[in-house]
Amino acid sequence: MTVLTPQGPLEGLDLHHGNLKLSAVALGRVSWIAPYPGTETALSHALQAACSMSFPGPGESRESTAGRILWSGRAQALLIGPQPSAAIEKCAAVVDQTDGWAAMRLTGYGAARALARLTPLDLRPSHFSRGRTARSLLGQVPGLIIANEDGFEILVMCSMAETARHEIENAMRSVAAREDIPKEPA
Amino acid sequence: MRLPNRGRIDRSVSLPFSFDGRLLTGHPGDTLASALLANGIRLMGRSFKYHRPRGVMTAGSEEPNALMEIGSGATMVPNVRATVQELYEGLEAHSQNHWPSLSADLLALNDLFAPFLGAGFYYKTFMWPRSFWERLYEPAIRHAAGLGRLTTDPDPARHEKAFAHCDLLVIGAGPAGLSAALVAGKAGADVILADESNEPGGRLLTEQEYVDGEPAARWVAATRARLAQMDNVRIMPRTTVTGAYDGGVYGAHERVSEHLAARPRDLPLDCFWRITTRAAVLATGAIERPIAFPENDRPGIMMAGALRSYVNRYGVSPGRKVALFAYNDDAHRTARDMQDAGMEVAGVIDPRSEPPEGDYPVFSEARVVATRGRHGLRQVQVQSKGGATSIAADVLAVSGGWNPSLHLSCHMGGRPQWNETIEAFVPRPGAVPGLVAAGAANGVYDTAGCLAEGKRAAGEALAILGVTAPDWVLPEAESDAGSGRTLWLVEGKGRAWLDFQNDVTTKDVKGAVQEGYDGVEYMKRYTTQGMAPDQGKNSNVNALAILADATGRSIAATGTTIYRPPYAPLPIGVLGAGAQSKGFAPERLTPSHAACLARGAPMVEAGLWYRPSYFPAPGETTWRESCDREVRMVRGAVGICDVSTLGKIELQGPDVGLFLDFVYANGFSKLKPGRVRYGIMLREDGHVMDDGTTARLSENHWVMTTTTAAAGQVMAHLEMVQQCFLPRARVRFTSTTDSWAQFAIAGPRALDVLNTVLDSPTSAERVPFMACGAVRVGGMEARLFRISFSGELAFELAVPTRVGASLWRLLLAQAEGFGGGPYGMEALNVLRIEKGFLTHAEMHGRTTAFDLGLQNMLSRRKDFIGKAASTRPGLRDEGREQLVGLVSRSRETGLSAGAHLFAADAAPERLNDQGYVTSSAWSPTLERHIALGFLRNGRARHGERLRLVDHLRGVDVNCEVCDPVFLDPEGGRMR
Repeated sequence: MTVLTPQGPLEGLDLHHGNLKLSAVALGRVSWIAPYPGTETALSHALQAACSMSFPGPGESRESTAGRILWSGRAQALLIGPQPSAAIEKCAAVVDQTDGWAAMRLTGYGAARALARLTPLDLRPSHFSRGRTARSLLGQVPGLIIANEDGFEILVMCSMAETARHEIENAMRSVAAREDIPKEPA
Repeated sequence: MRLPNRGRIDRSVSLPFSFDGRLLTGHPGDTLASALLANGIRLMGRSFKYHRPRGVMTAGSEEPNALMEIGSGATMVPNVRATVQELYEGLEAHSQNHWPSLSADLLALNDLFAPFLGAGFYYKTFMWPRSFWERLYEPAIRHAAGLGRLTTDPDPARHEKAFAHCDLLVIGAGPAGLSAALVAGKAGADVILADESNEPGGRLLTEQEYVDGEPAARWVAATRARLAQMDNVRIMPRTTVTGAYDGGVYGAHERVSEHLAARPRDLPLDCFWRITTRAAVLATGAIERPIAFPENDRPGIMMAGALRSYVNRYGVSPGRKVALFAYNDDAHRTARDMQDAGMEVAGVIDPRSEPPEGDYPVFSEARVVATRGRHGLRQVQVQSKGGATSIAADVLAVSGGWNPSLHLSCHMGGRPQWNETIEAFVPRPGAVPGLVAAGAANGVYDTAGCLAEGKRAAGEALAILGVTAPDWVLPEAESDAGSGRTLWLVEGKGRAWLDFQNDVTTKDVKGAVQEGYDGVEYMKRYTTQGMAPDQGKNSNVNALAILADATGRSIAATGTTIYRPPYAPLPIGVLGAGAQSKGFAPERLTPSHAACLARGAPMVEAGLWYRPSYFPAPGETTWRESCDREVRMVRGAVGICDVSTLGKIELQGPDVGLFLDFVYANGFSKLKPGRVRYGIMLREDGHVMDDGTTARLSENHWVMTTTTAAAGQVMAHLEMVQQCFLPRARVRFTSTTDSWAQFAIAGPRALDVLNTVLDSPTSAERVPFMACGAVRVGGMEARLFRISFSGELAFELAVPTRVGASLWRLLLAQAEGFGGGPYGMEALNVLRIEKGFLTHAEMHGRTTAFDLGLQNMLSRRKDFIGKAASTRPGLRDEGREQLVGLVSRSRETGLSAGAHLFAADAAPERLNDQGYVTSSAWSPTLERHIALGFLRNGRARHGERLRLVDHLRGVDVNCEVCDPVFLDPEGGRMR
């Protein structure tokens, strides 16, 4: 039988600039879930039963021991981790996107300042708190940005992962270099 | 000349720098301007038009004269204001706008001809002979005039763009701005305090004043420290807010490392910020107003406030003997400061009858009527009530009052309003939503007033945010700004400059009125007053006053031109930050990218994707050799091509069929599961938008394939249809382009190759033409489509992206065993032209289904987008240009895409144009040059001979019209 070797995007990514760190995230299974008109409640129940999570509202995410579900656009979300149950597939469109997305995590003091070089999102903790998600641009690369406890998770289309990495690294370098500017006497 | 014991400079450190090649020294805390003055240099540049010797006039970003080139080679930046450039070790500055040198500028000849060179001179003089303008006049004028030079090298500097968000943006950190930031910070609002200078304080750093009983600078330091301790306050020094835009967005330019001698590699030179805020306080201060008196432009003549800045903040004096000319009490404060600094005050010239007295000569009811000194001021001539007097002085400080810096308040189209009491324009409240003016920017000039204004403005801004302003007791400060009147003009012999940067004099404004350009906008354009980098910061109101006087109107009735962004000049580099090289556009890479590069394939861009153009084999020297071989390989054996770039949109739901019926011109709902259908989509205007195939994988599960370039457009189109036209349809779709690696396997041996990789071999009967289904490869779920873009027996095999690179290597190895291999875009294009298949070269947005010969695909049984428009008679007219094939009559000369078609005996001119060529190729299969194109009534003209002319490439060849399908029109090979 044919043997195929898997190879993911951003494999081994682990960049450090100043106290910023950019690393690859292995998401596991990613399922795109979109309820049909009128089936939103049924979907939430099915999700609750299968993964102990409800369907997230705009800009929200949910987490349970089974996995996570991230709002990813109008009437759609990404289920990270579990295989969607048959009940979920009954009331929503479900597409396996495990290979479609590449994920990175940007952490460290100043992570928001680095992303502020690339995205117009308001990333202040008061406006983009832990668990919030937003579709936006990183430079010119479309992506999904999620706030977590010590930084951000960034999902981009697999084919543009290299460009996104390049853009983020550039921003990290800028922010790290600013740390080294001689401070003015107060 | 450096003054002892004054200024905020660090005298323990000496910074060497150079000016026009002269080695000089200054200190940390100096600007380039203050360091030059400390070295006794007053002549800093030449004026724009008359090449008049000029010195520094101000101490801020409004400086019109002291413009320098900083740096050398590719990093040189022209038109840098020496008053803004902080000094650093090794700074290299050059004066500009002179030839051959600053002190001996031959172009100053212009000044002798000044009577002939007034405003409007070019328009009247260089009319004839007409052809001389481009060849002689313009180059000569450009050599003689202009500000600074640009390097032609690419900009090596690292620029940056960034976004910031806050509740309150405080623009300017003088007394009003500091007070506003303090109040808002205490209230807990997210505050950004932006200031042009390297440290906050504004005029509190330049005046000898007390705040809360201590020297003002000490209060500034304490306030700055308090602000720095607040987590919700961000101080941005060296940051000029340059524009106010819709939605609470402000542009700001931060000079990040322009002040550093050694710049770390990754540190940007500057950063362009887009700051989004809910409210803003305009605390930008005021700019001192010059007086238009005769010969008011000599080096040594400067604004009174600027002189105090140099003496008090930088500990430097521009001369030894100071004269002052002012219509307000500020001048007398200047005189006291100068005496305090140990300089001689030669006289205070005041037009008022009872000016304040001082321990120096005071001339009342007096005016400056002339000045002397070619490269620097030597003498001031005064006409006073006591008669004419000459005063020896090398510095003349001037103050004609103050103009609030209200520019940002005009950026959304609002005009300022004239305040008769202070004889100045002030910001119109509400001109920019959420922007509250405070302090000198609002026409309040005393320090106590500014502090109170800052508190008031912060209160108003906090009210916008719904936050209560905290209690804060205002510090005590000077509450008397002194009285003053305005003097716009001193009549006399000699020119009186208004706009120093553009060399516009009072005479030019009066001349504009005489020529009939008496409106403010006309006057500006006729004289060029207020244009160029300083945007009229020093001259605008004075010019209006002269215009008002010349036309007999009031200043309020004359009005003002509008101020536009940016407030201060912005380097183009910072606006394009991040867009160089790899930042220009995202690069989308296929699963086989690395393997294609390893085979030496040159890449070609398709949309954002990078695709291999061809795969050179050993011994091949041109792309054509590789391409021809790859075409023959596919026709004779088998070829592999990565088609992962084609847009893949997965649709699910019970209503997908209905949805597709509406989007596609042909029917889809009756397509059976396991089958694929070719379809075309129209735009609402009836023209073809895109084509592609859609496969029905199961009852409710479909996959649409779009062209590579139009994938985004089709996705947006589907969203529009779903959200606007069919919101209740039970259909959901998402792009899966990046999820699947898809490879075309084409050629007579395609099935053989396919069966080597499938877990269970298949046959042409089990997978007939236009069938699809699930298969397994290496134990993984995969999808198989029997579709062909080459006209050969062909399959497309899709596997999850993560194993795409692996499958590509495997397929190539297998194909090579059958005499095949990879093929690139060039071969793919030739294959599809031979078969008459379309791409966006043909579906270029102006062609209809009728033009493409696809009119039978327009369903009569259902409605679809574009149907109504496609039935318009004009879009089905037989005379339209229709798709045809073309074969060259010559074996040597190819047909070129972009060429036009003419009757064989017609002249190749526009009026005889019969059509054009969209795609062309050498067909290795037919061994002829072939092409696709559009020809008037082309379908009825097969067999006709035409002349093909490409005027751009110089191609002129005869060709024959034929069916656009050159090869296997019955489709036997692919079926």
